[in-house]
Amino acid sequence: MFLQQMINGITLGSTYALIALGYTLIFGVLNIVNMAHGEIFMFGAFIGLILATTFNMSIFSALLGAMIAGAVLGYLMERLALRPLRRRKVSELAPLISTIGVSIFLESLALRLFGPQAQSFPSIYAAQLFEVGGLKISAVQIIILAISFGLMVALRFWLAKTRLGKSIRATAENIETANLLGVDTQKVIVLTVMLASALGGGAGVLVGLAFNAIEPTMGITMGFKGLAVLILGGLGNITGAMVGGLLLGIAEIFSVAYGVSSYRDAVAFGFIILLLFLRPQGIFGSKEQQGGR
Amino acid sequence: MLQLQQLAAGYGNIKALKNIDLTVPAGSIVSLIGANGAGKTTVMKVIMGLIKPESGQILFKGQKISGVATHKIVSLGLSLVPEGRSILSRMTVLENLEMGACQRKDNEVQADLHRIFQRFPILEERKAQLGGTLSGGQQQMLAIGRALMSRPELLLLDEPSMGLAPLIVADIFKVIQEINQEGTTVLLVEQNVRQALKIAKYAYVLETGRISLHGQAVDIAKDPRVMEAYLGGKK
Repeated sequence: MFLQQMINGITLGSTYALIALGYTLIFGVLNIVNMAHGEIFMFGAFIGLILATTFNMSIFSALLGAMIAGAVLGYLMERLALRPLRRRKVSELAPLISTIGVSIFLESLALRLFGPQAQSFPSIYAAQLFEVGGLKISAVQIIILAISFGLMVALRFWLAKTRLGKSIRATAENIETANLLGVDTQKVIVLTVMLASALGGGAGVLVGLAFNAIEPTMGITMGFKGLAVLILGGLGNITGAMVGGLLLGIAEIFSVAYGVSSYRDAVAFGFIILLLFLRPQGIFGSKEQQGGR
Repeated sequence: MLQLQQLAAGYGNIKALKNIDLTVPAGSIVSLIGANGAGKTTVMKVIMGLIKPESGQILFKGQKISGVATHKIVSLGLSLVPEGRSILSRMTVLENLEMGACQRKDNEVQADLHRIFQRFPILEERKAQLGGTLSGGQQQMLAIGRALMSRPELLLLDEPSMGLAPLIVADIFKVIQEINQEGTTVLLVEQNVRQALKIAKYAYVLETGRISLHGQAVDIAKDPRVMEAYLGGKK
């Protein structure tokens, strides 16, 4: 029972981690919280759904399509809602408000395009169950685990080893220094927003598969959870986002499994508040990052 | 190699630089000295394109670079070691150096890295350590090494002696001279006036945004006004 719930928790948590990674990447280079991230996630879920049902694509192609759609939305958001503000050097609150605008716009657009009712992926993906040593694990869970962990490992490796990945890290640490070293920081910012949004779009499909309910308002709750994980893990910290996401998922599943299912969010967020009392800078956050800038 | 012509710049309503003329000939070391708040760092930032000039222009090898994006200025052959060193503290020493070469596509990056390690052996010893864990002097070496990794023709140094022990300052100035002898032109901004005038060929004195004095470094060092204001009185 414990192990079974652990697997369920890690599966859910890995999707939270993916969402939180998107917040973390953007927070790193731009020092803002992207309030539209949840809606990009929701759009990814719908695009994946349409590709899988209307166009009969495999779940992997649908996922890829959702990630590309996410990247395109990220690009548009950067060009239309963030860059014009950066040029004018306005208050740091302005881009935050601007992303809230993007989130409202995307939610309304989704209502118009996809309708208000919840939709779900065809049930073929959920049907198959594997039994490993008394533990039940569904094909969907395996897909979710493999993809989200695969993406996280790939991202970590890419950030650590490649020239572009290092440029992103340098920009995240100090944009002026990165610029002086010859990094085209404008390009890095666009690329980071696109990458973060692609991860968000991909997470949309995975969460859609896991909960079997996709609706235009799903972005808000998920967005808040991702945001909570961002703070829990430590602002701008990649490892923090991964671990924080897993912890939140596990906390939620255990609160459901041990009888307080109607309080699942309350338990999970209560747990976050408790952890933040003990470590205000987040699990992996450093002292200097405390409270952000 | 570098020419500032009637350069003016500021922050909002504050005019930090008022019509500066300054020339750095190829192969030389030129020092720009002045008190806190005189505008020395602003000069560096304007040259690198971090601050847009209000008027006047900057020529590098005869080409106008005012208004060009910072990363493109770097690729033209300028590199700045910023005030306070600006080490990427969450990246390793090796990664800091690699970032210095982030625009280079030639295959001599490894050879250059080797050369930097020969000049600063302590950096090789600590290459896997995070930049933030180095001491001030080591960070300054790393900042200079990192700037050299882009193979600059003109190296700008903003207060390389700041916050360092006198012995280490002497080392750093020796290194700056060596770098210059190997063919890199240097523009040095310093508050350590004595040292800055000792290694420079030509010097400019900046006072509240204006060049108040310039000439051969040896003559500047003998100027009574400079001796009074920066070198601790007449001797």
